[in-house]
Amino acid sequence: MRLPAPRRITVAQVLPGLAAAAVTAVILGISFERSGDVGAVVSFYTSFLTVAALLAIISLGLNIQWGYTGVFNFGVAAFFLVGAYTAAIVTKAPATAGFENYVGGFGEDLNVVPALATDQWFPFLVALLASATICGVLAFVLSIPTLRLREDYLAIAMIGVAELLRRITIEEHGLVNGTRALGGIPQPLSGLTSNADYKYIMLALALAALLLVFVALERGVRSPWGRVLRALREDELTTAASGKNVYAFKTQGFVLGAVIMGIGGAMFAFQSRAISPNTFTHFFATFLIWTMLIVGGSGNNRGAVLGAYVVWGFWQATQLIQTYDLPSVIALRISFIRDLTLGALIVIVLLLMPRGLLPEERRVSIWAERQVRRLRRPPRDGPDAPAAPAAADEAA
Amino acid sequence: MATIEAGRERFRAALRDYQRAAGGFLTGAGLWLLIGLFFVWAFFQHRDALVTGLVTGSVFALGAIGITLIYGILKFGHFAHGDSMMLSAYLAFFLVSGVIVGERQDTQALPVNLGDLPGAGERIWEFSFGYGLLLAMAAAAVIMAGVFIALDRAVYRPLRRRRSGIVIFSIASLGLALVIRSLMLIFWGADPRSYTRGFRSSFDLLGTRVLYDQLFIFCMAMLLMAAVYLLLYRTKLGKAMRAMADNPDLARISGINTEQIVLWTWGVAGALVAVAGVMLALQAQLKPEIGFIVLLPLFAAAIVGGIGSPHGALLGGLIVGAVQEVAVSTDFPLLGEVSPGYKFSIAFIVLIVILLVRPRGLFGAKQ
Amino acid sequence: MPENVVLEARDVVTGYGEVEILHGVSVTVHEGEMVAVIGPNGAGKSTLLKAVFGLLPLRSGRVFLKGEDVTNQRTDEVVRKGLSYVPQVDNVFPSLTILENLEMGAFVRRDGRRDRLDQVFSLFPDLVTRKGEVAGRLSGGQRQMLALARALMLDPQVLLLDEPSASLSPKMVGLIFDRIRVINQGGTAILLVEQNAREALSICHRGYVLAMGANRLDGEAKGLLENAEVGRLYLGA
Repeated sequence: MRLPAPRRITVAQVLPGLAAAAVTAVILGISFERSGDVGAVVSFYTSFLTVAALLAIISLGLNIQWGYTGVFNFGVAAFFLVGAYTAAIVTKAPATAGFENYVGGFGEDLNVVPALATDQWFPFLVALLASATICGVLAFVLSIPTLRLREDYLAIAMIGVAELLRRITIEEHGLVNGTRALGGIPQPLSGLTSNADYKYIMLALALAALLLVFVALERGVRSPWGRVLRALREDELTTAASGKNVYAFKTQGFVLGAVIMGIGGAMFAFQSRAISPNTFTHFFATFLIWTMLIVGGSGNNRGAVLGAYVVWGFWQATQLIQTYDLPSVIALRISFIRDLTLGALIVIVLLLMPRGLLPEERRVSIWAERQVRRLRRPPRDGPDAPAAPAAADEAA
Repeated sequence: MATIEAGRERFRAALRDYQRAAGGFLTGAGLWLLIGLFFVWAFFQHRDALVTGLVTGSVFALGAIGITLIYGILKFGHFAHGDSMMLSAYLAFFLVSGVIVGERQDTQALPVNLGDLPGAGERIWEFSFGYGLLLAMAAAAVIMAGVFIALDRAVYRPLRRRRSGIVIFSIASLGLALVIRSLMLIFWGADPRSYTRGFRSSFDLLGTRVLYDQLFIFCMAMLLMAAVYLLLYRTKLGKAMRAMADNPDLARISGINTEQIVLWTWGVAGALVAVAGVMLALQAQLKPEIGFIVLLPLFAAAIVGGIGSPHGALLGGLIVGAVQEVAVSTDFPLLGEVSPGYKFSIAFIVLIVILLVRPRGLFGAKQ
Repeated sequence: MPENVVLEARDVVTGYGEVEILHGVSVTVHEGEMVAVIGPNGAGKSTLLKAVFGLLPLRSGRVFLKGEDVTNQRTDEVVRKGLSYVPQVDNVFPSLTILENLEMGAFVRRDGRRDRLDQVFSLFPDLVTRKGEVAGRLSGGQRQMLALARALMLDPQVLLLDEPSASLSPKMVGLIFDRIRVINQGGTAILLVEQNAREALSICHRGYVLAMGANRLDGEAKGLLENAEVGRLYLGA
């Protein structure tokens, strides 16, 4: 019996795993070194992973817009913010006069069948739906003046939208409590456990949401619809010439991405319990997400998720460094230095690894993949069955 | 029956013609009329705001012309432009005052700076600054030209060699914007600063108080715009720049060294960015976070004027600046007063309106 | 190599990406000569001009200008050494004036621009009256004239022309070919790629026939015009 030839392993193949492992090791290492307590490390890692999963959802949304459709959205913050605030004002109780001012507050009204403990889940489903819908509508409205134009016009217009929406949350005091932040956002299934253990439920919810979005998108982008999206990102003219309505497809990609960002934003609001206009700066809510996608590899959903994990890990690790006794020159500027490294990171990745950790896959059709797998399936009795080539593993 | 059909068809055709004519009017002469009316109305109703707006607008125009130049030659939106403006304003501030944030966020001044030159701090005419600031501005212009050229070599040229898509360039410029902003914060902190302290003298213009500094800003901006115009339309280098913006392949075929033109473009844009930054800081203030937000009016000005057109950038800048200032001082029906916090968002509204009405901008070439 | 050869491309191999278009093509142009390259669509005629001019890197083979090896040199260097190229499309700067277009043509020239401008204007008198207008407003034929004029500003040793008659009216084609002949009579060697094979051969001294990215035939233009194979394949006779 012949042994399969040893596979040659390239740097590009191990780099994704290596990056994830390195980030995990640093996060766990530093937090253990600082606390010396496994419980604290687990607790820290749990919330780290939760946020990473939620940001990964938003990164997936951006991947649909940029990676698959080629819509150049520099205003991720707009949908992130709208999703989060919508979820907050849907689930919260009505504002009591005085220190808090905001519209909405349907949480208690949505406890429709108390016998089924609807207060634990129903308002949150409504909130997710509302966030997704409003973000979708917003994206649709925005697509009208901008999507027919050159791609960079959309970028600057989206920066404008994000800035305008953030301004509105600041200036319209009665809308979402202005800069004083919107706190006390209810959390789904919070009745199941004690406060201290809730974070595990949140983690499970975040991972479930991520998985759902991921699977749905994978199905989507490997369908004929997804292939059109990708074709049109590569070459609008040719796609148009082959009889596809480019504008309609672009709008669909843009709206779908916004819907996913809205869902991510809503979950983010549940997770963080308090949001303020300062949460949704261009830096955090747009730039960080872009870095995640670029580092992970745009055009690849697994890349978008991996990028979210690695970049969020990088971000948290640099934050953990702050807990050390640094010279004051550094300590007082550490947050600026972190910004600097992130900005430099994106430029370096673009220069040295332009396709990201997990480059886009070439074959994107479920049908084609099935054919390949069928052809490569080893014959049942043959000892000379060829070893499954690496490509088949990747496609699986 | 047939006559009814024919009549209906004729009516439809007439309606279509009418619609086309109305659309043509709104996107052509009507738009110009509207802009003219706005300025006349603002002149009588909001003269103070209009003056401030035109001064701010002239600064936007200076920034926008850099964006338009880079867009024309390199075909990408330079998202580090606003932060570069702010960085050069800080560079000039540093050169003239030697001030840098110390170890504990305290202010430290280097012993040597341009402000120490004899009489450098003495006010020129009625301006609030002395020749030290002008020297610092000139030095910042040289430095920024160098910085832009160096960034092109290190970042944009490798991307060009690889034939990356224009969006990749924009993302890279956004990354650099973040780097630049962080550098400002690291060296000068987040607190606002200003070039000069104390009283700023003003004069009366048609019942409006105008600062002499504002006069300086406006004149400086106009002077530079004229210089850019002369460069582009009267010199061999400028014509080669326009040729390259028009048809890069043919420029190469004509024997124009396109890489050299690219470097010149960055150099000119860098010098312009430096002056624009100092003017912005003189008109508003010196604050790192303004850098990114000012991108909106800058791009709005470039797009309103028609990207690639220097005189378009000038008019676009003035329009955006004026609309912005007038809007926050107007009591709108229904909306009421607009909070000054929205100032930069108004540029966005102007941008959207022009994109809807006339996407190529006022002076842009038909696509 | 004989003394009077101004341009020689020897065994040129080139292509785009993974596709090889030319598999070793050779052409020679002598001083004051006008040479046509004809062949069916996709034979690699335009690719040959791009490769000779240095717009497309050569995989193997060499290009000599007046005996000097200019293979894979920077375009501005090649232009400075006296090679001019007129592409088939997009061959003017639409938002520059006619005068500015011509100035760009003389970009690498250090002296004698004014005299050259007068000479070029005397060849194309139509352009003089409209010299302040932007090139984007010109008609197709006028654009082609301007493109020729721009390339001539350099007073090149060799002029490379890529299908100057493409998408022009028959009357305009006649005018353009007439100008090209006058330019050649002024002493400028010309390498002309043409779809319009009969017209091209009738004004040229010699011709090359390309097929499938390789030399097929070459010889005196008259001989090619009378050649049965060429006639059947490319002249529609």
